[in-house]
Amino acid sequence: MSLHHFIEHAMSEWMRVKGPHSDIVFSSRVRLARNITGMPFPMLSANSHAREVVRKIEQTLENSQDHRVLGQAELIHMQDLTDLQKRVLVEKHLISPHLAEESLSGAVVLSQDEAVSIMINEEDHLRIQCLFPGLQLHDAWKMADALDDWFEQFVSFSFDEKQGYLTSCPTNVGTGIRASVMVHLPALAMTQQLNQLFPAITQVGLAVRGIYGEGSEALGNLYQVSNQITLGQSEEEIIDKLQGVVMQMIEHEQYARQRLKEASPIQLEDRVFRSYGQLKYGRIIDTREAMKFLSDVRLGIDMGLITEVPSNVMNELMVMTQPGFLQQYAGKRLDAGERDIRRAILIRERLSLGYEQNGNR
Amino acid sequence: MLCPECGKRPATLHYTKIVNGKKSEFHICEVCAKAKEEQLPDMDSSFSFHQLLSGLLNFDIGSGTGESNTTVQPQTIRCSTCGLTYQQFSKVGRFGCSDCYDTFKEYLDPMFRRMHGHTIHRGKVPVRTEGKLKMRRELDELKQEMVRLVQNEEFERAAQVRDQIRQIEERLQS
Repeated sequence: MSLHHFIEHAMSEWMRVKGPHSDIVFSSRVRLARNITGMPFPMLSANSHAREVVRKIEQTLENSQDHRVLGQAELIHMQDLTDLQKRVLVEKHLISPHLAEESLSGAVVLSQDEAVSIMINEEDHLRIQCLFPGLQLHDAWKMADALDDWFEQFVSFSFDEKQGYLTSCPTNVGTGIRASVMVHLPALAMTQQLNQLFPAITQVGLAVRGIYGEGSEALGNLYQVSNQITLGQSEEEIIDKLQGVVMQMIEHEQYARQRLKEASPIQLEDRVFRSYGQLKYGRIIDTREAMKFLSDVRLGIDMGLITEVPSNVMNELMVMTQPGFLQQYAGKRLDAGERDIRRAILIRERLSLGYEQNGNR
Repeated sequence: MLCPECGKRPATLHYTKIVNGKKSEFHICEVCAKAKEEQLPDMDSSFSFHQLLSGLLNFDIGSGTGESNTTVQPQTIRCSTCGLTYQQFSKVGRFGCSDCYDTFKEYLDPMFRRMHGHTIHRGKVPVRTEGKLKMRRELDELKQEMVRLVQNEEFERAAQVRDQIRQIEERLQS
């Protein structure tokens, strides 16, 4: 596989376009959980039920030729993918680890630009997911809402007047919505303000977690902020609240960046360029280091210190240097030591490539 | 404040745990916190989340049955559609099918209130369901009326209502 071809696959089409506030917000996502009436939820589904759910969705999609989004969509069965291919989809956040590893007759419907991914037989029968670059929660919700309406013409979803959409997990009941935003907060991390910011966010019913390196510290200063409450608030209210909080986070991050620039410009520059140097010349780079360096360089780009690299190359490398992608690119399984060497090579090659071909298209 | 684990670095992470109203605080520095996480590599977030969730549910069993007059133990309640018992539900934190919501409904509101702060949905309603909901409500009312009519031995009226019920049921099926 050529590097160019690989990049095409590493970066979803929707990621190539810059969205609003893209210097801090990488992406916005809205997910709706839906279940088809008259069938047990996937956790208790017999394989025959699970297959029927997939068949139903397959039949439904036959009506989608003229659909703007679903017209070109592809339904992929998990059983037809290798472990590595599944892992790549997980690393691109198109499917969940649960769908990849544990689902019975799991499948995913992917739109051509990969902005829409509909997981089938995950925890719920359907998980309709819409991804947008930058801060575009309202657009993501509008699209998910429209897709939900479209499906509803053909299948009927479990709904209760009092409890709303019925979901497998009680934490999703009601709207079944999970809206989330991926934010890059290097300056707030450097100035150690996250410890104050995050508790405040949880207090208003939102959750924050690291995107990579779950359970430990967040790698690459990337965080996902999402709503926790799904019952008793309308979708618009949920999204407005998240949007409001994210706008404040953006302000704080921008202020922290400004302060860093004023208070210790040479230290900041030193950090950014050291990381850039490590990426350019390092020969062994593990995930943790890669994410740290990429985060620093991305900050340098966003603050105008580095001008020769477009910012989305960093987004792309953050995905490409994950273990699954590296192995997919190598075409074979690699142990951790081999991956660290391959990772360094890949980053070096990518940074020495011309950027025009793979910049914003 | 210095980290009590190493006694060297300042404690920068502070946890407050409240169990049954009893508050305990825990302070640690980032280096020691990281070391602790590395000692427990299996502690992923979904695991702890489910622990937390079943904690919520078990709490409901304890407080719910004490006050109610029912002799049924909630643990033994079983969903007739999918076979899931309340005990299983409280263990895995997942419903088995949409009918579970109805089967366990007595015990769910306190849990929803704790999780979401609310118990009633205020968001989107499926376009198609809007009409059906109305029909179902009408159906419930008609069924009650029929029972009343039969009790009053107004059989002619009851037969009319029965036909109405059939019509609505047919429409709901289609």
